[in-house]
Amino acid sequence: MTRNRLATYLPTIAVAVTVLLAWELLVVAFDIQQFLLPKPSAIFAEFTFQLGLWLAPDERSILFESSGATFWEAIGGFVIGCGGGVLVALITSRWTIISEATMPFAIAANSVPIIAFAPIMNNWFGITNPASKMAIVAIIVFFPTMINTVRGLTLVDARQLELMRSYAAAPAEVLLKLRIPNALPYIFSALRVASALSLIGAVVAEFFGGPRATLGVYITQEASAFDFAKAWTAIMMASIIGIAFYLAVLFLERRLMPWHVSFREE
Amino acid sequence: MNAIEAQGIHKVFNPDTDEEVVALQDIDLQIASGEFLSLVGPSGCGKSTLMRLIADLLQPSSGELRVNGKAPAQARLDREYGMVFQHATLYDWRSVSKNVQLPLEVMGYAKAERAKRAQAMLDMVELGAFVEHYPWQLSGGMQQRVSIARALVFEPSVLLMDEPFGALDEFTRERMNLELLRIWGATGTTVVFVTHSIAEAAFLSQRIVVMTPRPGRITQIVDNPLPYPRDFHTRSDPAFHALVAQLRDLLRDAVEAESAPPRGA
Repeated sequence: MTRNRLATYLPTIAVAVTVLLAWELLVVAFDIQQFLLPKPSAIFAEFTFQLGLWLAPDERSILFESSGATFWEAIGGFVIGCGGGVLVALITSRWTIISEATMPFAIAANSVPIIAFAPIMNNWFGITNPASKMAIVAIIVFFPTMINTVRGLTLVDARQLELMRSYAAAPAEVLLKLRIPNALPYIFSALRVASALSLIGAVVAEFFGGPRATLGVYITQEASAFDFAKAWTAIMMASIIGIAFYLAVLFLERRLMPWHVSFREE
Repeated sequence: MNAIEAQGIHKVFNPDTDEEVVALQDIDLQIASGEFLSLVGPSGCGKSTLMRLIADLLQPSSGELRVNGKAPAQARLDREYGMVFQHATLYDWRSVSKNVQLPLEVMGYAKAERAKRAQAMLDMVELGAFVEHYPWQLSGGMQQRVSIARALVFEPSVLLMDEPFGALDEFTRERMNLELLRIWGATGTTVVFVTHSIAEAAFLSQRIVVMTPRPGRITQIVDNPLPYPRDFHTRSDPAFHALVAQLRDLLRDAVEAESAPPRGA
């Protein structure tokens, strides 16, 4: 088992190590200026330095504070947007007419670059108010979640619906025992996309301005100050948070639907 | 008493349009309580439509239909029948036991009673050791047995089966036929069995309703002389072969009549 696991992950680890090594060697060999591309070792050194500051009792690490702030913006927006999306889907799919009337708008809205509204949200909620970033994130994740949930609730096998009808099941029971479990895989595929989108949304919204201690602002400021090791470390933090977020959703998915075809062993 | 009484049933799909299809015409049929009856015929003969009318999944265009003396809608609300489809239609997210308990949950049975009944039913279809398995861990034949257990767990007086073994291989199918006869013998349920296999209809049922398409109607109702219990010797019985030949002739005549040029054209 352990041996198997190692064999499964070994190629991935090998690729990661190779890419980092090649990156380091290229920067050294071609003498690339650090403001164009810092060495991975420099980024890692900056990271351990910041980590030390963060762990020390009487020091502050702006990087870690920024990461925390951005993380909460992303999470807040994710919960509001995805929760809202599922809720609206549940309500509209109860009445076919409403869901059929709203779906074209939802699909159209999903194709709009919502991040372009970031400056407007900054005006609405205040540029340093986390709510302005949460609002952008919430709107970005709302539409894919709603669309997928409506699909999952309505694309139910006709035979399974007939089975429920043959039991004279009430609509609430059909929803609870058939439509919602049927929608779970659709909802989770939306949540996985939304987990990545929410961090992108938060960071990009911060590029348009926000409190000092947020990743988007941190990256723009350090980049314009030509301190690229710091900017890259912040990018790395954003990546780590994004991946962790995605993995958390994946974990929840496995817990809630272990029966699903993608998790079957053998 | 008759479990099912149909009189002058017509079913027309898309009436008064270019796609009008007369699915059933002049259907008169009485099915006795406890009877095993098969509906056999080629695609489009309306055998599934007739079953769906009995189940109140469709409504007849005209005619009188009674299930246990009640209107089909009332019979459905009173949970008078269980259904088995060609595909097991089990819920992926439920264990075998939970799948069988589904109708009991909908009908508001207590938890302990649900588990007890599901276990008893699964024992009867010889899947007592698989209660905690999930549908995808079972073979097609086993899944279909779960679906039969699910249809019978609330003790309906009528079992409606729409080509239940059509997707199984020949060997599994023959075993399932024996299994079904055993279950029928043990429960005394009325079984209405839709199939396009002549041999299956002849092996299982007491009476065979031969249906022909366009418009769907009953050509003949054939009594099955073979005694019960039936087993694998039954299929080599000359009476079985004679019955199969008779049914085949009936169906061939009907199909030939249909493919002949329309009279008076």
